[in-house]
Amino acid sequence: MSVKAGTEPNLRKTATGRTGIPMWMRRIIGQRYLQAMALLGVAWMVIFNYIPMYGIIIAFKNYDIIRPISAAPWVGLEHFRELFEDENLKYVVRNTIGMSLIKLVIGFPLPIIFALLLNELRSMIFKRWVQTISYLPHFLSWVILGGIMATWLSDVGIVNKVLMALNFIHEPIFYLAEPKYFWGIVITSDIWKELGWSAIIYLAAISSISPELYEAATIDGAGRGQKMWNITLPSIKGTISILFILAISGVLNSNFDQILVLRNSLNETSSNVIDVYVYQVGLLSGRYSYATAVGLIKAVIALALLLGANGITKRLSNTSLF
Amino acid sequence: MFSLKRQSVSEAAIELLITLLMLIVCFATLYPIWYVLVNAFNDGADAMRGGIYWWPRVFSLKSFIAVFQSNGIVTAMGITVAKTVVGVAVHVFFTAMVAYAFSRKELIGRRIYMFIGTVTMFFGGGLIPYYLLIRDLHLLDNFLVYVIPAAFSFFDLIIFLSFFREIPAGLEEAARIDGANDFQIFYKVIIPVSMPVVATIALFHGVYQWNDYFTGMIYINDMDLQPIQTFLYRVVAQSSSNQMLAAMPSGVSVTVTSQSLKLATMVVTTAPIVFVYPFLQKYFVKGFMIGSIKG
Repeated sequence: MSVKAGTEPNLRKTATGRTGIPMWMRRIIGQRYLQAMALLGVAWMVIFNYIPMYGIIIAFKNYDIIRPISAAPWVGLEHFRELFEDENLKYVVRNTIGMSLIKLVIGFPLPIIFALLLNELRSMIFKRWVQTISYLPHFLSWVILGGIMATWLSDVGIVNKVLMALNFIHEPIFYLAEPKYFWGIVITSDIWKELGWSAIIYLAAISSISPELYEAATIDGAGRGQKMWNITLPSIKGTISILFILAISGVLNSNFDQILVLRNSLNETSSNVIDVYVYQVGLLSGRYSYATAVGLIKAVIALALLLGANGITKRLSNTSLF
Repeated sequence: MFSLKRQSVSEAAIELLITLLMLIVCFATLYPIWYVLVNAFNDGADAMRGGIYWWPRVFSLKSFIAVFQSNGIVTAMGITVAKTVVGVAVHVFFTAMVAYAFSRKELIGRRIYMFIGTVTMFFGGGLIPYYLLIRDLHLLDNFLVYVIPAAFSFFDLIIFLSFFREIPAGLEEAARIDGANDFQIFYKVIIPVSMPVVATIALFHGVYQWNDYFTGMIYINDMDLQPIQTFLYRVVAQSSSNQMLAAMPSGVSVTVTSQSLKLATMVVTTAPIVFVYPFLQKYFVKGFMIGSIKG
């Protein structure tokens, strides 16, 4: 859109040309195919991203399904006041943040360590095999994984059988029916599924490090550990920072697909999270306005976390998303 | 001389240690899947006793035969294949087309369009307003709900964009001199030279379409329109083996249990993706390279 300062007056002059059509309009007509292609995308975004943003106003109204949004009466902040009195929301928020933080502390460093160790392997063939195998679980859906977990954890499943054979327990435990096991199941299955996949981006970053750096370090007598610590890690610091910002901003984003498969009414108190709660209250119980208010608060806090984390890493390591 | 030798010994020890660790990771990755596999290939009634770890105790294909005889399962599989094929074609073509337009510097309004897109990556309306939109568009209980709302992704647009920037301008010039318009340039010149990134996005979106159960669960009530993942979700998460048994053709031998039918369906559902992804590996690794350089 920017036009060089020197040419602009010229364009203005010709803008009142014979045909009377302004110059900018003629330029748009000249690129009508390009504009049509771009505007189709913009139209899609307006419909599927921006209309739902407008729909957020039902959080400030009493919306019911029979009338259009515009006809619903305004109620101001009533639904937001209700948030503070909602007893369920207490454990829902606790579960969401608790599980996310544990995932962050354990799940975030593991792919980095995995990528660093994999990079140390000399045999390229073995390395490629390990990589290919490590991606496999990423391609299974959470429904399939839920089925695998249910098979493993069932009363005649391998976990109970092994623990009973070793005399740790005397009768089978129904793991998915007990709240105290839920967080552990979620975090373990998440790491199992995504460890190899999350490592790809670090491996890609490592592979773009110049080999000369390592050669120079070898001449200086640096060992493996020193090279990993002084060359590899600093070189992927930027990638780590970016992914860390995204991880922080996702603290309120529980993995909806995963939780929905593993949760049930018996483990409810430790399994329900904000996203699932919005689904239950909104779509299953029909309280559309209140559910939208819960979702809005979540989205606003997530945005604030993103901006905060972005600002901090910008100051500390000079890398940022924007 | 002595120190050199000692260093190489400790080097070898580290190598061995890492190799062992990686073998453990591989085992931990594969065994849970293997365990399900051997149970699926075991006779259903016998598997109820448990204790099948390495190999089927009573080998049987009856559960798999029952899967392919069940109308409900076969219909759901058909929906999954259809939504994946149509969804990928539409998503890749549409997102690439918009990305190509956005990649051209002379596009008037380009910065505004990019801004409109960037906002969508960080903020959205949430589940309820989105559901109301889908309802107002009459996409509930409509096959197109799998295709149109998934036709575009700004995140994928950025991956396309960084690839298109690397294409030499001379290619487009030659086509323009031949009188091609921008849309013809896009599908006759740009798409054919962009196969690596097309394959990457196609794989990502294909996996999404194949594995997504949420769309079918929320927006679809008609059982004939639900994909296999939604069908399985209803069986796995809600433990409603009734639906599974109801889906079984009458006269199936009693050795097929709802559990063994479930395992067999899981295996059949997952097999295509597991066989395809190793061959596309080089493309998606390249896709990540583009992404990480951009980041």
